[in-house]
Amino acid sequence: MTKKILIVDDEPNIVISLEFLMKKEGFAVAVAVDGEEALAKVADFDPDLVLLDVMMPKKSGFEVCEALRADPARAGLKIVMLTAKGRDTEVAKGLAIGADAYVTKPFSTKELVAMVKAMLGVA
Amino acid sequence: MLSGWFIALLAAAYLGLLFGVARFGDARADAGKSIISANVYALSLAVYCTSWTFYGSVGRATSGGLSFLTIYLGPTLMLLCVGVIIKMIRISKAQRITSIADFVASRYGKSQLLAGMVTIIAVIGVVPYIALQLKAVAASVDVLLEHSGSAVHFWGLDSTFLIAAVLALFSILFGTRHLDATERHEGMVAAVAFESVVKLIAFMAVGLFVTYGMFGGLGDLFQRAAASPELGRLLQLDSSRAGTWTSLIVLSGLAIIFLPRQFQIIVVENVDESHLKRAVWLFPLYLLLINIFVLPVALGGLLHFGEQGFNPDTFVLTLPLARSAEVLALLAFIGGLSAATGMVIVETIALSTMVCNDLVMPWLLRSTWLQAENRQDLSGLLIAIRRIAIALILLLGYIYFRAAGEAYALVGIGLISFTAVAQFAPAMFGGMYWKQGTRAGAVAGLSAGFVIWLYTLLLPSFAKSGWIASGFVEHGLFGIGWLKAQALFGLSGLDEISHCLWWSMLANIGAYVAVSLHSTPDAVEASQAERFVDVFRFDQHKAEARLWRGKASLDALVGLLERFLGANRAHQQLGLYAQGRQMADWRALPVDAPFVQFAEAELAGAIGSASARVMVASVAQEEDLGLEEVLDILDEATQVRAHSRELEAKQRELEAATTELREANERLRELDRMKDDFISTVTHELRTPLTSIRALSEMLHEDPRLELVERMRFLGIIVGEAERLTRLINQILDMAKLESGRAEWTTGEVDLGEIARETMDSVGQLFRDKGVLLEGDIPDGGPIVLADRDRLTQVLINLLSNAVKFVPGELGCVQVKIGVDGNMVRVEVRDNGPGLTAEECEVIFEKFRQGGNTLTGKPKGTGLGLPISRQIIEYFGGKLWVESHPGEGANFIFTVPLPASEE
Repeated sequence: MTKKILIVDDEPNIVISLEFLMKKEGFAVAVAVDGEEALAKVADFDPDLVLLDVMMPKKSGFEVCEALRADPARAGLKIVMLTAKGRDTEVAKGLAIGADAYVTKPFSTKELVAMVKAMLGVA
Repeated sequence: MLSGWFIALLAAAYLGLLFGVARFGDARADAGKSIISANVYALSLAVYCTSWTFYGSVGRATSGGLSFLTIYLGPTLMLLCVGVIIKMIRISKAQRITSIADFVASRYGKSQLLAGMVTIIAVIGVVPYIALQLKAVAASVDVLLEHSGSAVHFWGLDSTFLIAAVLALFSILFGTRHLDATERHEGMVAAVAFESVVKLIAFMAVGLFVTYGMFGGLGDLFQRAAASPELGRLLQLDSSRAGTWTSLIVLSGLAIIFLPRQFQIIVVENVDESHLKRAVWLFPLYLLLINIFVLPVALGGLLHFGEQGFNPDTFVLTLPLARSAEVLALLAFIGGLSAATGMVIVETIALSTMVCNDLVMPWLLRSTWLQAENRQDLSGLLIAIRRIAIALILLLGYIYFRAAGEAYALVGIGLISFTAVAQFAPAMFGGMYWKQGTRAGAVAGLSAGFVIWLYTLLLPSFAKSGWIASGFVEHGLFGIGWLKAQALFGLSGLDEISHCLWWSMLANIGAYVAVSLHSTPDAVEASQAERFVDVFRFDQHKAEARLWRGKASLDALVGLLERFLGANRAHQQLGLYAQGRQMADWRALPVDAPFVQFAEAELAGAIGSASARVMVASVAQEEDLGLEEVLDILDEATQVRAHSRELEAKQRELEAATTELREANERLRELDRMKDDFISTVTHELRTPLTSIRALSEMLHEDPRLELVERMRFLGIIVGEAERLTRLINQILDMAKLESGRAEWTTGEVDLGEIARETMDSVGQLFRDKGVLLEGDIPDGGPIVLADRDRLTQVLINLLSNAVKFVPGELGCVQVKIGVDGNMVRVEVRDNGPGLTAEECEVIFEKFRQGGNTLTGKPKGTGLGLPISRQIIEYFGGKLWVESHPGEGANFIFTVPLPASEE
């Protein structure tokens, strides 16, 4: 069964590259460009994993993450935070509010793919 | 019926009562429960109101109308100078001053000469005043006895002499029971406060009787007086006598502190400086009350007796007697006796202290007789001297009364005394406030003033009474016209008191100042000047101790104390002093400078500072400190003070600096935080394009089979993001340069219109690509401003590219408008885009804060364009802002000042 990934980022070019990358690996992909849209898409699309940018208009990645973790029905949802802010405090904050992983931009495509696959249990 | 014996008994009973009050006060003081409160202190000041007030005010009012009030206005004004009196009290306590002579002598180097001079002036000056009391009491006795037809003589002696004798006895009992180190007499103060109340009650009783008993109240009295042309004059202020008024106010103001008895009560007897604050209003209130009925009684007497020729000075007695109110007359007599007794007691005690300490002691100390009786306890001798002095002073008063008393009314005699003690003013005030005042100056001033007083006031008073020839008054000394005693150098037209005050003060102050300026003080003087003038900040114990150097033996000094204080008292004081230095036994005290100071101060309390200094010098081998050395020590003290002030100032500076540092630190921390945020934001902004570039190039790199379309699309994005990165880095550097002030500016005259047209041309393609309309409203040969051409272009490009970014394609429209508004050029860039909220209008000028808008997606840009533009415009002295509402487009406006037009 095809795993579903939701990409949330307000940078169009990053969305393009992530979308292409994940599709190439055989995942089903949906896109959201801000925090509110992300929550709506989670409900519609029911992804297995969310690639979540932190700095976004309307709702930040932290807020989205907290909202998702507050919903017990989504306990199995994997959340990978993506951010251009690499400070330790932000990494700690992301993990503390329930993200499964925290990746700083710019990232290595290979590593990101490997990590996503490992998290979803895809060989 | 009033018999002589009855009056004598009544008077004796009253004096006995006073004595009882005094004993009670002394007993309480000995038991450590002082009855001297602020009220008692204030009332005791009313010793100022003598029988002169009691009888003489009425007499003066019958001739001078309201002018009698000046004698009471002066003291009221003087008391308002609380600071001066407090300083006098403070100095006196610090220096153990026992009298006004001691004060002057101590200030000018503990000079025996000055102490003697002040004493002589005080005695000569005050004797007429004492005579006046005798005269008043004698006159009152005469009135009572004449009325009852009794004999005026007891055992062939005239009543005045008897009265003088009784008062002398009484004063001796009062004031010289024992020697006190501080010369304070609490019992006497209590008795004086008591008699002050008695005389006030007596006078007011007579006043009420005359006003309401004999006449129909104040209104009736004044109406009747006004009806008579003679009396009506008394009710009006006589402006031609203004000069007299002024000199009387000055004289009485000085008298309230410089009369020996006033100095005694106000300064020496003061136990608590705060009592003075009560006296400042209570004493003037007392004066007001005792003066309320003066004019009514005077008018009543003149109306009642008419031309009968009664002495107005006795109206207080004759008016009640005229209506046979004998009890009231007796009360009035007791009031007058009370006033006279209070004055005589305090005055003679003060004078006898001065005579003993400052005239007799210095002479005795030199005489061989005293040397021979070296080991004897002298405290008994001191008391004997004082008792004799009291008797002699009263005898002198009696003699003056016989010689001159008949010629003068009461007030005239009192003013002679006032003018004499006014001579102390320059030396006293100068000594308290002017360090340059010297002993030579004080001697010169006092002598000059005294001689003039003697020549223009005292001797003429003798002449008037026919005691000496009056030629010098009428024709001048040796017949020289300008030496006429009461018109010196042709100065006529003044009354005798004003005349004397004018010349004596001129000579006194002139000599004091001139001689002081031309003489140098010796060591003791210089140090005393410092202690007096700077009493409020003189660090006594330190400098005090260092101003004495020498050798002395404990036995010799203790011997001195025993001789003058009596053994008991001396041992008691020594014990207290030893305790103060934390030593169990005074016999083990080290004989050092502080101990010698202590001994001298104790002696000063008993025999005056001048004699005390001589005595201590006789048993201690004092090494003379030269003037230079004393000045050095004092200077050092001053320097220490200056240093400590400097230190305090430094401390304050340090505190201020610390506060500033803390604030600067806060600011730095804030800046640091801002810098941190800035770097974090910059990092974020740099990483974002880098993320796309890396991800896409990795994919291109790893998948060579990527379709050409995808390949071209990715490469396009990579190029775009690389450009974005470049732009970002350039702008960050630009911003950094602008903020640090290191940007280079090429300022010159530029045509803003031309720049706008060129910029619009250069960005025209952007607008055409998106199908946006670009319109200009720019005058030909537009305004010239002083600015950097490239920077202005940069601002305009930024605004225009922002505008084109946000307007909708096809329907978009951007207008550029240039106009002049006052002395500013105003440039507007208006678009019809989505507009901004009020909050956004501010935020967009912050770094990296872009106007977000989901419709158009994330705007392309660095978020630095507007902050940079604002920096540029502000550099030129203009402003950049935006006016907008959501949905109504935005209008970016900047102004640039026009160059100041040259005339």
